[in-house]
Amino acid sequence: MKQPLPELSPGVKKLRAIQRAFATGTMRPLTADLRMQTKWADGKPARQVVAGFIKPNDRLSSFERLEIYNKQYWFRLLDSLYEDFPGLRTLIGEKRFYDLSVAYLMKYPSNSHTLRDLGDRLEKFLKGEPRWIAPHRELALDIVRLEWAHIVAFDGEALPPLEIDALLDGGDPAKLRLGIQPCITFLACGYPVDDYVLAVRRREEPRGEASNAISERLKKRKTGKKIAQSKSEKIWLAVHRSDNGVYYKRLDPEAYLICTALRKGLPLQAACERAFRRRKMDPEFGATLQKWFTQWASFGWFCRVE
Amino acid sequence: MPANRFNNFTNYGIGIGLRVPHYQHILSQKPTVDWFEIISENFMVDGGRPLHVLDQILEQYRVVQHGVAMYLGSTDGLNRDHLRKLKRLVKRTNTPWVSDHLCWGSVDGRYTHDLLPLPYTFAAAGHVAQRIREVRDYLEVPVLVENVSSYAEFHASEMTEWEFLSEVVEKADAGILLDVNNIYVSSQNHNFNPYDYLNHIPHDRVGQIHIAGHSKFEKYILDTHDHPVLDPVWKMYAHATRLTGPTATLLEWDDRIPSFDEVHREALKAGKFCEELVRETAVT
Repeated sequence: MKQPLPELSPGVKKLRAIQRAFATGTMRPLTADLRMQTKWADGKPARQVVAGFIKPNDRLSSFERLEIYNKQYWFRLLDSLYEDFPGLRTLIGEKRFYDLSVAYLMKYPSNSHTLRDLGDRLEKFLKGEPRWIAPHRELALDIVRLEWAHIVAFDGEALPPLEIDALLDGGDPAKLRLGIQPCITFLACGYPVDDYVLAVRRREEPRGEASNAISERLKKRKTGKKIAQSKSEKIWLAVHRSDNGVYYKRLDPEAYLICTALRKGLPLQAACERAFRRRKMDPEFGATLQKWFTQWASFGWFCRVE
Repeated sequence: MPANRFNNFTNYGIGIGLRVPHYQHILSQKPTVDWFEIISENFMVDGGRPLHVLDQILEQYRVVQHGVAMYLGSTDGLNRDHLRKLKRLVKRTNTPWVSDHLCWGSVDGRYTHDLLPLPYTFAAAGHVAQRIREVRDYLEVPVLVENVSSYAEFHASEMTEWEFLSEVVEKADAGILLDVNNIYVSSQNHNFNPYDYLNHIPHDRVGQIHIAGHSKFEKYILDTHDHPVLDPVWKMYAHATRLTGPTATLLEWDDRIPSFDEVHREALKAGKFCEELVRETAVT
């Protein structure tokens, strides 16, 4: 939601040209030994291009001065992805995760003021370039979806929750629509990725914060015992927040159907009918349904439809 | 001069940055602290633990907002979504002023998440000043701009950094968040006398001061905020406070963060300079 760019004066146009050149150099991938590339984006010698707009000093060339920013850019952004996707990193290995992260940021540079959103297009990227996660495509995508849902649940929006009485007093179930808290994500997974990601997260430190300090290097972290890869198994999850903690709650498939139907805006009765179609032979299902709704309301999952 | 229109006529004393590793200590021990500075962007979220913690802090302490992503020097249009979230937070914290950096960090909608230096041109100064005015009008609180540490200089520059800072704040009628450590870092990286910087800015516009630690490398100094404040920076701080008067001061410590008590002790050293200054003033 940005304002349209105003007409720029010649002086500000020059400023913009400098900023574009600076950003081009800063956002170019580093070499294997973590240095700035010697060729500019258009193939010209980078030293020559950078010397055109940055002054050298008595200790550093123009190239070396821009290189400080180039390194900081990559250290900061790679560190952020490293913290946000520990499960994917553990699955595919540190080196491959590093290469994948660079490729991802080249294709989808940050378009948000906050590093929190840095991984919001990672699933899309991996679907388009599955070679990064071969031969674990489905498992890796499940992990990425769960890790992104974790970020959303951590600080996403939660509206005032509806109490169970308010739900039952809502009138005609054929017309009653219940909102689901925006910070909750429902996932249908082909692997028990909740166990996998929890095991990884227990091994690692919590995430840091944004500040204006800069890192000296790509941080090396200790990695503990190897975590066994999950075997294929269908699971259904709600990634939600309770008392400011993030939880992964397994759901019955029918519960998942109801929740996703409510999220899509279906009335309560229509959402429950989807589940009934699967469990029509179960005489206890009515009681089960009541138990679920009581529990979900106690978690604060429901809110008014906006 | 400590209370002025740029810090909303407050006299806040010595604060420290609110950081995650200290949450538990602060909430359980409730230490006596003049005020906390928060990084605005860490709390410009829609819910969850960050806001829950902030609300508890606000019950006990005064909080001031400091931003890292306004990018006042960018040539992209101002990010209205960012401003809307920032204003929502301003209402929540009741911060007497808001600060951000004299820098840019995004172009063509791509964000570097860094505080990048500007060429010191009159056109850039006018551009930034106009944006500061827009931001202040929208937020309805005083805006302070902070000098950044930098590692590069531009051929296009038409003036010194302190002349540029002065030009911007005079044009915008804005205040200064004077980061003494950043001046020191840049002075070493760009071979200028940091006292020339301190002596030639409009002192009556300084609403807040930052101090921090840095790291020295073979050919340059990095602004790492992972050390105690070093001696040359304390000396500059003493000089700065003589020029500005005792001013709300904040210690930044953002990496390799030690215990709360250690950070607080380091911050309180600044108070001694201010007390000494008050004593001297009383004598004269």
